[in-house]
Formats: sequence, structure tokens, C-alpha cells
Amino acid sequence: MITRKRLAAGVCALLAALTAGLAFPAGAAAGEPTGQDAPKVDLVLDVSGSMRARDIDGQSRMAAAKQAFNEVLDATPEEVELGIRTLGADYPGDDRKTGCKDTAQLYPVGPLDRTEAKTAVATLSPTGWTPIGPALLKAADDLDGGNGSKRIVLISDGEDTCAPLDPCEVAREIAAKGIGLTIDTLGLVPTAKLSRQLSCIAEATGGTYTSVEHQDELTDRVNQLVDRAADPVVTPVPVKGAEECTEAPALESGLYTDREEFGQQRWYRVDVLPGQELRASVSVAADRAVNPGYGVLLRAVTVHGREIVRGEAAGDGRTDVISTGLRYPEPERDDADGGKPAAETVCLAVTHSFSPASGVKTTPGLPLELTVDVVDGPSQAGDVASFGLGRGWWLLGALILTGFLAGLVWGWLSRWRVAVWRTN
Amino acid sequence: MRTIRALSAALLTLGLAAAPAAADPWPSASRDGGAAPRQAGTSFRTATEIEQGQRATASGSTGDYLYWSFPADTGQRPTVRATVKLPDTHAAQTWQIDVYDGLRRRQACQYGAQTRAAAADTPSVELACVLRTVRAWSEPWANDPLPGTYYIRLTATGVPTSDLGLPVDAEVRADSRDIGGAAAVDGSLAEPLVPGIATKSEDQQENAAVLAGLQPQDGWASGRWSDRWVWTGMGGVLAALAGVAGYALTRGAGRPVRVPPSA
Repeated sequence: MITRKRLAAGVCALLAALTAGLAFPAGAAAGEPTGQDAPKVDLVLDVSGSMRARDIDGQSRMAAAKQAFNEVLDATPEEVELGIRTLGADYPGDDRKTGCKDTAQLYPVGPLDRTEAKTAVATLSPTGWTPIGPALLKAADDLDGGNGSKRIVLISDGEDTCAPLDPCEVAREIAAKGIGLTIDTLGLVPTAKLSRQLSCIAEATGGTYTSVEHQDELTDRVNQLVDRAADPVVTPVPVKGAEECTEAPALESGLYTDREEFGQQRWYRVDVLPGQELRASVSVAADRAVNPGYGVLLRAVTVHGREIVRGEAAGDGRTDVISTGLRYPEPERDDADGGKPAAETVCLAVTHSFSPASGVKTTPGLPLELTVDVVDGPSQAGDVASFGLGRGWWLLGALILTGFLAGLVWGWLSRWRVAVWRTN
Repeated sequence: MRTIRALSAALLTLGLAAAPAAADPWPSASRDGGAAPRQAGTSFRTATEIEQGQRATASGSTGDYLYWSFPADTGQRPTVRATVKLPDTHAAQTWQIDVYDGLRRRQACQYGAQTRAAAADTPSVELACVLRTVRAWSEPWANDPLPGTYYIRLTATGVPTSDLGLPVDAEVRADSRDIGGAAAVDGSLAEPLVPGIATKSEDQQENAAVLAGLQPQDGWASGRWSDRWVWTGMGGVLAALAGVAGYALTRGAGRPVRVPPSA
């Protein structure tokens, strides 16, 4: 009886420990020194005059946005630092110049006080212009600092009214400046032109574009985006590839990011010890309109310029990235001098063959992501089959036949030997 | 005894209470075949990890690039299936799944409808891709599938601007057929083709972000075992038996007739 009780208690304790072990590390993620700061999200809401239109489930766009914001604020994960910025909220006049500067921080990016944020949202009423470009620039400033993931969620119901500053190009420049900044866009009851503009902004930063016709769609999507910001993600290290191998930056295992302009070649170097394997993969993202038909080439070259191995990929049609990779096991070497053999420097050259669609700016370059892993080398194959073993009915037949013949021969031989022995 | 039990009960409650508050929307407990992922990543770096046999769902927008990743081991021939539920009204669209290996090299589909055009207002599109068999080793110049992480990318390749951003629901599932010894090749990789495997340190925090963390259910295969051992062993035994039979045949039954009993 006592044993059973003890067992039950033990099982209970074990279960508790397991559950606690599973739950706590995840729960404690927020403030722990994981080497990453808290993820930041800036919600950018269009409060222009057109938000008065009553076409989302019978209520005005503004009312739908407010209700969605309230629900999102309730569901925001603890660790996310959330801010709200408005555009076109304050200036009702006709002066384009003033109207295009009309963007304000409604709630600063930081630890979230839900009540305060909700109160701030409640005060909004549809007013002015739609300065998307300037608002994005300011939002990027709001998110400045820290190495956590950063996300701008832009909600708008009309295209930018502040040309010539193209919000698409603004987005691209923001992405080129900051690491890990993504802009997601939502269009409220969008026209084709707005769809094109907002998806262009999203594409420029690797974000997503959603068109919204109903209030619950808006809530779900914004919630999803905020949750996505909270997911831990590996942040790539910025690096600047060189024009040639001799000046290239030396890389170790890790994830890197760079920019590569059209027609450029980027070089990197990796030191690989004999017996190690170099694995590199590269993806070049199409963050603007490009012509159909594109490719990427990653070459591993010795310092003397001999190509060792290459990875290449080509594609055509709509895409976000084109990627390829390569593997190079550095052969084992016996160093005559004894001691540790020297590492070989392998140069990695990246070229892509994207071409910009007409009228698209060519700077900054396309974002490039490079993964480098240096691991132990593979054990080489000495045969096609595993350990040279055989398999199948033909093998069995051949073995049986050989065995049988060997038995016969052996039998005859021994008979012959007996006969010879008897004769003598 | 009572104290211990009270304490463990308290701990248990605490653990259970803390679990839903965890930052991860679908915690690592999904290993137990429980919760399947309900979201998708939007790039290689953020791909949502799924296990083979898990039915992952995600809601997205037309024009999104949705990414998942799954582990595949030696001897498996993975099949990726995806179903996209399209909105009630839409123009003609083309959907496509692409599968990439751990080095982000695009992997060819042997068969399956990898790309499919959906006529206007079709309720859903089904896509499939049957990969080649995963081998334990290949030459560095080859593009053969190797054990490691595989990425699935689902997207609309042909979509008119009017349809951009429309909500869609996607569902993917990766299964694999075990090809077994027929695909057992010699040689093996020291580490599976899992991106970021060289940067993973022992003392790293459990919840730190990694590029890919999932393993097959029983860990990665060593590549030493295959049913070729059984075939070869059996062949050896049968050869020995056949040898004995052959020998016996030459000797006839028992002692030779001409040999007198006294010899």
C-alpha cells in the first residue's frame, strides 16, 4: 500500500516537473537573455477622410478599424512592444504640403498599457490626407533600436496622395537600412490601384498584403501579424561582400544578409579545415518588379580561381526569392610536416540574373541571404550500395548457384582423393 | 508524504496554468502528434516546422508566399500535398508548390500536379509533389535529395491584381513512403542537411530561435543499417546449404557402395 502511494506521488511529481519544464522556458521567453530584444510592432492606421465610408459590414471603415484595434490590443502577447501611429488624423485642410506631413504617434512603441492605448484609439476620427510614404519613414524611426524583430502593419483604405515620394521606394529604403524590418499591409475595401500599391510596399520588405472586406478578417489578420512578430526568428548578420575574393569578408558558420545590385558579383570567403564540409546556400529576393526569367549562381572557387563546385537555379514568373546552395567536402590531407594541416580558403561568389522591370529604381540592391555551415565531412562512398552489400532475388540465385557448384566440385574432389588413396 | 503530494499537485497546476501563456503559439509539445501548426512562415527563415504526417493549416492571402519545413530521412520518398481553399469569387489563378532541400536547392518532383490552374470561382485547388528518394550520400556535384530539412513553398504564381490579398486557407501535409534497402547507398553525411546545424551549441537555450530544429521521430538514421544485411546474410546461408546439397549429391546416399565395411 505504502509502495503504491509512494509510486503515485513519484509519478505526480515527475509529471509536474515535466510540465513545468515544458512550460517555463517558453513562458519565460520575454525577458530572458536570449540575445534578442523584445519584438516591436508599429500599427500604422490611415485616418484619412475616406475612412468615413460605411462599407464594412454596414459600419464605417473607421469604426471597423477601431473595433479591430480593441480586439488586437486585448490579444497582443505580453512580450511584444506595440505602438500606434496615425496618418491623416489631424489636418483637415486643403494644403497638400501640410496634409502630407500629417502623421503622428498615437501611442509610443513600448510595453503595452491596454487601457491607455484603447483610450487613444477611441479619440480618432477620419480627417485628412493619406501620406503613406512619410508615415512609413516615421514608423521606421519609431521602431529604431534593439535587435529584436520589427514589424510595421499598415492599414489603409486609399492610395498615397503625396506623390512624388513613392511609398514603394520608401519601403525598400527602410528595408535596406534596418535589419529584420517587415512591412505588412492591409487594404480596406481596396481598388485595383490600392492593391497594387500596397502589395508593392509589402513585397519590398518581404511582408504580406491582405485585402479586407469584413471586420473579423481585419481583426484576425492583424492578430496573426502581431503573433508572427512574437515568434522567435534568427536574425541575420549584415555583411558586405567584396568585388573580388582577396578583399572578401571572412565568414564563419551563420546566417548573413547583404545587398546585391543588378549585374553585380559578390565575394565572400570561408576557411575550411581538411576533413570538414562547407555548406552554403544563398537566396536573392525580388523586392521590386523584375522581368520574368531570372537566376542565381553560387560558385565555390579556390584562391587561385579554380571552380570547385557550383549551385545554380533559374526560374521564371512571379517569385519572392530564387535560391541555391552547394556542398564542398574538403578532402582529408596528410600534412608532411606533421601538426595541424592548414585550412583552405574557399571563395564564394554570388551572382544573380534578375533584371529590373522598366521604370524601377535599381538601388539599393536586392536583398541577399547567405547561410554558411561548416560541419564534419561525410564518410565517402566506396561502393554504390551500402557497404557493398547485395540485395534481391538475382543475388540469392547467384549465391545459391555458386554454393551448389562449389559443393559439387568439393564432393568430386574428395571422391577423387579417396579413389587415389585407395589405389595406392 | 502528504507534503510531497501537495507540492507536486501545486507544481502541476502551476505548470498547466503557465502553459497556455507560453509565448510559442504551438509549443514544442506538438511532437506528440497533438496540435498541428495553424500558421505558415513567409520566408525560408521563418518557415513553420511541421512533422511528417501532420496536417498543417494556415490562413493567408492570395499572393502570399507560404513556407513550411519538414524533416526527411534516408530511404524515405516524401510526398507533399497541399490544398488551397479559394474565396467564393475570384478570377482564374495558377497555384504552385515548390520543394527545396536544406541547402535551399529546388528539388524536382517525380510526378504529381505541382502547378495547377484554377478556373474562375473554383472552390479549391489540390497540389501534390512526389520527390525522389532521399539517399544517405551523394557526390557534392549532384543535386540528389539528402537527409535533412525540406522546405515547402506554396504560392499563386499567376494571379491578377484584382485578386491580390483575397483571403485563402491552405492545408499541407508531408508523408513519405519507405523505400528501404533498394535505396541504401554507401557513404553518409556527418550531419544531416539542416540549415544552421553548425551554429547550434550544446548550451544554447531551448527556446532560442533556430533555422530548423525538428528531427524525424526516432532521430536521424545512422545509415549503417539496411535490409541489404538480411538479403546478403540470407544469401550466404542459402549458398552454404546449396553447397552441402551439391556435396551430398556427389557422395550419393551414405557410404560408397564399393567400399567394404572393413575398410
